[in-house]
Amino acid sequence: MRDLAGRALDRALRNGVAYADVRVIESRERHLSTKNGKIGHISANESAGVGIRVIAAGCWGFAATDDLTSEGLERAAALAIAIARSGAAAKKADVQLAPENAYQITWSSPTVVDPFAISIDQQIGLLLQVDAELRRNPGVTLSEASMDFVRSRQVFASSLGSLIDQTRTTSGCGFCAYAYQDDAIQKRSYPNSFGGQFQLKGYELVQELDLPGNAARIAEQAVALHSADQCPEGEFHLILDSSQLGLQIHESIGHPIELDRVLGSEANYAGTSFLTLDKLNRLRYGSELVNVVCDARLEHGPGLGTFAFDDEGVPAQCTPIIQDGQFVGYMTSRETAAAIGQPRSNGTMRADGWARIPLIRMTNVSLLPGRQTLDEVFDVDHAIYMETNRSWSIDDKRYNFQFGCEIAWEIRNGRRVRMLKNPTYSGITTNFWNACDAIANRDHWTLWGVPNCGKGQPEQVIGTGHGASPARFRNIRIGAGYAG
Amino acid sequence: MPGSSVESDLLTRKDCEQTFHYAQQAARERGVTAIELLLEASSHALTRFANNAIHQNVAEQSRRASVRVIVDGRTARAATNRLDRDSLSRAVDQAIEVAKSLEFDPDLLPLAEPRAIADCNRFFASTAECSPEERARVVAEAIGVVESAGQTTAGAYSTAQTTEAILNSRGVFAYHSETLARFSITAMTADSSGWAKASSPDRLAFDPLELARRAALKAELSRAPREIMPGRYTVILEPAAVLDLVGQMFGDFSATALEDRRSFLAGRLNQKLFGENINISDDVYHPLQAGPAFDGEGVPRRRLALVENGVPREVAYSRAAARRAGVEPTGHGFPVPNEFGEAPVNIVMQGGDATIDDIIASTDHGILVTRLWYIREVDPFEKIMTGMTRDGTFLIEAGRVACGVRNFRFNQSLIELLNNVDLMMPAERAAGEEAFDMVAPGLRARNFNFTEVTRF
Repeated sequence: MRDLAGRALDRALRNGVAYADVRVIESRERHLSTKNGKIGHISANESAGVGIRVIAAGCWGFAATDDLTSEGLERAAALAIAIARSGAAAKKADVQLAPENAYQITWSSPTVVDPFAISIDQQIGLLLQVDAELRRNPGVTLSEASMDFVRSRQVFASSLGSLIDQTRTTSGCGFCAYAYQDDAIQKRSYPNSFGGQFQLKGYELVQELDLPGNAARIAEQAVALHSADQCPEGEFHLILDSSQLGLQIHESIGHPIELDRVLGSEANYAGTSFLTLDKLNRLRYGSELVNVVCDARLEHGPGLGTFAFDDEGVPAQCTPIIQDGQFVGYMTSRETAAAIGQPRSNGTMRADGWARIPLIRMTNVSLLPGRQTLDEVFDVDHAIYMETNRSWSIDDKRYNFQFGCEIAWEIRNGRRVRMLKNPTYSGITTNFWNACDAIANRDHWTLWGVPNCGKGQPEQVIGTGHGASPARFRNIRIGAGYAG
Repeated sequence: MPGSSVESDLLTRKDCEQTFHYAQQAARERGVTAIELLLEASSHALTRFANNAIHQNVAEQSRRASVRVIVDGRTARAATNRLDRDSLSRAVDQAIEVAKSLEFDPDLLPLAEPRAIADCNRFFASTAECSPEERARVVAEAIGVVESAGQTTAGAYSTAQTTEAILNSRGVFAYHSETLARFSITAMTADSSGWAKASSPDRLAFDPLELARRAALKAELSRAPREIMPGRYTVILEPAAVLDLVGQMFGDFSATALEDRRSFLAGRLNQKLFGENINISDDVYHPLQAGPAFDGEGVPRRRLALVENGVPREVAYSRAAARRAGVEPTGHGFPVPNEFGEAPVNIVMQGGDATIDDIIASTDHGILVTRLWYIREVDPFEKIMTGMTRDGTFLIEAGRVACGVRNFRFNQSLIELLNNVDLMMPAERAAGEEAFDMVAPGLRARNFNFTEVTRF
């Protein structure tokens, strides 16, 4: 692969090319699922290809191919250059990049148990065990369980002289129980919705999560929701579990701090951001309890956004985003950092495979733990506690959001007094984060994986990490999803 | 007019036969005779612009082979993007290894048998041969339109060709090549925006400059937006908004979803559910539709009357779901094995004969919506969807566009929406961002539920 990357780079470096980088990627995937006691899907996928990115005539050009012959590389390099030159027809200024060093390194993410070394029948056997446990509850009308494993090796080579060979292994697993009753559908998931938990780990993730041990409880809750009261509408204190808070961070902090959005690059599709440049170091994003970082380093944890180098050869970094409630940082690339006069990219450029260009993507955007115990977070006269995302939506500048959760409980004097169904909450981003008055400590902090974040044209789907512990917010609008 | 019948150079019929031969030979050497091969090849190019300049400009070419084997009542799939003999042989090995590790499945069907498949010719050389220079020229002109209005623009112009084929050891050989062009543009002022988008197999079937003018006009008309109270309003949804909202419900028109009791149609088929004026079909043969006329097992698609005069009638059946129900498959199955079964993907919603001007002129008080955004399901059985308006939301008063308004969040049941439609425009090929492109009309509906307003 290193040789291939070198040959591709050689072909890209022709007269008039000011910069070039190539990414050669080989990936292997295994996806397994069960449904109602049977195999849902089972597939093993392999892919290999190269993406070549150049700056010529002051413009970007990119071409990707799975034809890894000399002729294929030649064609792709020539196409990337031709595409770049065509961009001069609508150019305002030459692309400028913040400086970066050259690196030669080989890095692999740590895994304890290779998921591809575990037999498929063992993995399917575990899913079927979970499935059987869910369906032991007669109220469960649909049971689903899944595992996903990806190993991707990428060799990055650039005209700066970098040669970076990275291998990442990610694992994911989870299950859900549906209960259909009386013209309503209720659902519970473990450990999170939409596929469960995903991390930069091997099969040890599956072992740690004890899927079978949680199945009976989740099935019981799915059925019990039909007897629960409808979540009330009004203003209440709100407590969120860490998985829902992870998605809240993703949507209302992670996306608006993408500097390419701020600068207008995504205006036609994913949208822009309310965090215009004048707000840097001036906006009170949240209460003084709120501290958020964007951290791709392994020290932060085994997140879907953990790596050694980003996809334009910049080392993983920890960037403060919100300090004591104050907005202090964006996620940047070499191009956007230069555009706002910052000396260096903070390393957040990531691509969805070899066929797509890197874009600014969340790495691990995490809310740092607070100081309260979990009992202290729940120590309130009256609140609504919500768990596990069911729906999520936010406007294209990332102000107004609405989330729905699978389950809620009414809290009175620190104790759960009744289960509530169909909970939703909504608000304006900065009002919400300024209403934060309690965050649980590190004992309750989890680095969640969001495997399906979409951005860009053509759309790229990538995994992001979000650490959070349960937190409390004052006077939040609850119930709008079912109002009116 | 459809283009000439073209066999794509990306993946010819002969390539398909050769590749299948490799896979079949590898399987036979391991004693496996039941084999299915899905082949895909695509070439996609996209020129993206923002801040009145091209900023991302890309092309990708890829292929994929996905092999399924059946071994003693067990099936599994393996995929690779390398189509050489060794890579295919490895994929066959993987599929066999996985299949052998599974339990016997008494419900597993044999591979599909060959059936006649109609030719849906959707390949246009104008799109397939579009050069980077041509895309850049069109983009530069579109930027000029918006820039000359004193506005800023962003958007994307893409051209693509794809080939899909399915071959199996019982003789199925289904093959389809098509092209697709898309142009999307957003025009922005300091406090407003407008948007327009079109898609077609033939890039010459739409005019990017007209789309640029439309986006710029919407941005101009929505300057200085007023904030008005959320609540129940008469709403005029342009075709893209209809597509993105109504398009959220068709996954439920699936026999497997009904069996699983995750469809909102459970207990509601053949009963009046929507207004009398709602008629929706799935029709891959419609001249404004796209995609192959066969499904993930090579079964020919047939037209489905999904909703007739407000009554949900037909749903899609894969081969497996059809066998369980004792009916014929409809040609909407996903590649096997999968847990979702099937879904209609070529939606045609019948329109009316009102023009957008007619609808506005006859509306005393309402909201005109260009586009919706970030639509998600709040309630799966009442089909309550939430989302935001975006890029051109207007107050209509006394039959005229009064002003732009700040964008709303809605929480709206699709069942209720489709009971409240009173006027429709003729159906067109609509392009959005939240659902498959479909043939859909703009429409007016009463009592649309806007629940919150945002800050722009």
